[in-house]
Amino acid sequence: MNAPVHYDAAQEEARLDAASVALSEIDVSDPKLYQNDVYHPYFARLRQEDPVHYRKDGMYGSFWSVTKFKDIMAVETHPEIYSSDAKLGGISITDRPMEFRRSSFISMDPPRHDDQRKVVSPIVAPANLNNMSDVIRERVCRVLDSLPRNEPFDWVKLVSIELTTLMLTTLFDFPEADRHLLTYWSDVATQDVNAGGIVDSEEKRLEILTEAVRVFTAMWHERAAKPPGYDLISMLAHGAATKNLVNDPAEFLGNLTLLIVGGNDTTRNSMSGGLWALCKHPAEYQKLRDNPALVTSMVPEIIRWQSPIVHMRRTALMDTELGGKQVRKGDKVVMWYISGNRDEDSINNPNDFIIDRARPRHHLSFGFGVHRCVGNRLAEMQLITLWEEIMKRFPKIELLEEPERIYSNFIHGISRMMVRIPA
Amino acid sequence: MPKITFIEHNGTPHTVEIALGKSVMQAAVDNNVPGIDADCGGECACATCHVYVDAAWLPKTGLPVEGSQEASMLSFAAVTQDDSRLSCQITVTQALDGLVVRMPEGQH
Repeated sequence: MNAPVHYDAAQEEARLDAASVALSEIDVSDPKLYQNDVYHPYFARLRQEDPVHYRKDGMYGSFWSVTKFKDIMAVETHPEIYSSDAKLGGISITDRPMEFRRSSFISMDPPRHDDQRKVVSPIVAPANLNNMSDVIRERVCRVLDSLPRNEPFDWVKLVSIELTTLMLTTLFDFPEADRHLLTYWSDVATQDVNAGGIVDSEEKRLEILTEAVRVFTAMWHERAAKPPGYDLISMLAHGAATKNLVNDPAEFLGNLTLLIVGGNDTTRNSMSGGLWALCKHPAEYQKLRDNPALVTSMVPEIIRWQSPIVHMRRTALMDTELGGKQVRKGDKVVMWYISGNRDEDSINNPNDFIIDRARPRHHLSFGFGVHRCVGNRLAEMQLITLWEEIMKRFPKIELLEEPERIYSNFIHGISRMMVRIPA
Repeated sequence: MPKITFIEHNGTPHTVEIALGKSVMQAAVDNNVPGIDADCGGECACATCHVYVDAAWLPKTGLPVEGSQEASMLSFAAVTQDDSRLSCQITVTQALDGLVVRMPEGQH
C-alpha cells in the first residue's frame, strides 16, 4: 500500500507546480495526481488558460483534454462526431492492445448501443426502484448497526464495499455468500496495470476475468431456460438484442464488467467520498445535523464533489472544431468530468461543498447524452438511504486520517478511510 | 403570458405562467414544480424533463422528429408513451397558452 503523502504539503507543492509548469507539459493523465489528491490546480489552470488542451506524448499517449462543462456537454451530445467504439479505443484514455479491446454497450455507438442498453435499463425503472427500496434500507440498517463504536475502523471496507456489493447481488441475483467475487472482479476490471496491484498485465486481467465469464455463463444458461426474471442476467438472456451475447465471450465480458463496475465502484467511492467531504467541511456537517432533510440535495452534491468517474474518452470520427481548437479525425478526446464539475462558468462557487444547492443535479458525474449513467437514480437512492439512516444513529463520525486513494485516472477511488464513531 | 398546467403523477395540478420563447421545462423549473428534474439544464441530454402531452394539445406540440436528439434521448427514458416529449424541447408560443402536460412516475 502506498502511504498517503503529507496532505497539506502535497497540496501546496502541486499549487506551485501547476502555476509554473509549461502548459505543454501539463499531463492530467498521470494517475498519481488522483492518488495524491492534487489534480485540482492543474485543471484550474487549464480551464483558465487552455480549456481544450492538447498534450503531445503524455503518459497515456497524445490526447485532447476537455476541461469545461459546456465543451464536455458538446462532446457528449455529438456521438456522430465523438465515438465510443471499443475498436477505436473505447471510453478510457488507456489504449489497450487490439486483442484486449472488449465491446460493451458503453463502448458502442448508436444504433447498436441503443438496442443493448434498452434491454437492461428497465431494471432501474421507477417501479423497480420502488421495489428495491425496502431491501436497500434493511441492509443499510443491518450494516450500520453492526459497526464498532469508539474504535477505529475502515469505512471503505465495512460500509462502502459491503453495501454496494450487496446491491450487486440483488441486481445480478448472485449468491450473497460469494459476493466478494463481484468486488474482486470489479477491481480487477479497472485496475491500472502500473498500480502495483494484482493486475500487472492485460493477460493477467483477462485470465482472472475469464473465471467471471465462466461463472456468469453457467448462470446465463440456467436463467435462459427459465421464464424471464428481474435480474440483469435473465434480462440479457431473454432480450432480443442480447440473447446471443453469451456466444461472444469478449462482448459478454465487456457488458458484465460494465454492469459490475458501473453498479459498484462508483457508488462505493461516493459512499466514502461523501463522509470525507462532510468531515472536511464541518459547517456543512453541522447544517446536516440541524436539518437531516437536506440529505436529498446533499447526495447529488456528494456525487459532484467525488466525481467517481474521473474521465470518459471519445475518438473523433472526423475533423471538427472544439472550443476553438482544430480536432483531427482519429484524435483521442478526453472529457475530464472531475474538472467540468469545478467549472465556475457553469456551477456557482464550484470549489465549495454546499449541501443545499438550488440545482444540485446539474453536474457531470453521470455523463450526459445517450451514454448517461443508466443507474443514476439507483445510485442516488442508495446514498440517500445510507445518509438518512446514518443521521438517525450517529450524530458524528470522525475522520482519523487522510484516506488512501487508488492509482487511477479513471476511477476516482478511495481504498481505505479510517474513522471512528464516538460511543 | 401563456399558462401551462403540469399534473403530477399523483394527480396534483400546478398551473404556472411563462414568457413566450422559453421552454416548457423552464416553466416548471422557474416555478419549482415537482417532478421535472431537468438535470442537464435544457441541453436535451438527460431525459429528466419527460412529460406526457395531453391528447388535445398534441397536434400543437407535435411529437419528436424521428432521428432527432430528443427522440434518441426519449428512447432511454423510463415509462415512455406515444405522447411522450422532453419538455425542454417544447418552446412556449401563444398557441400553447393553456397547455396541459402530465408527469411520468419518475425521471431518470
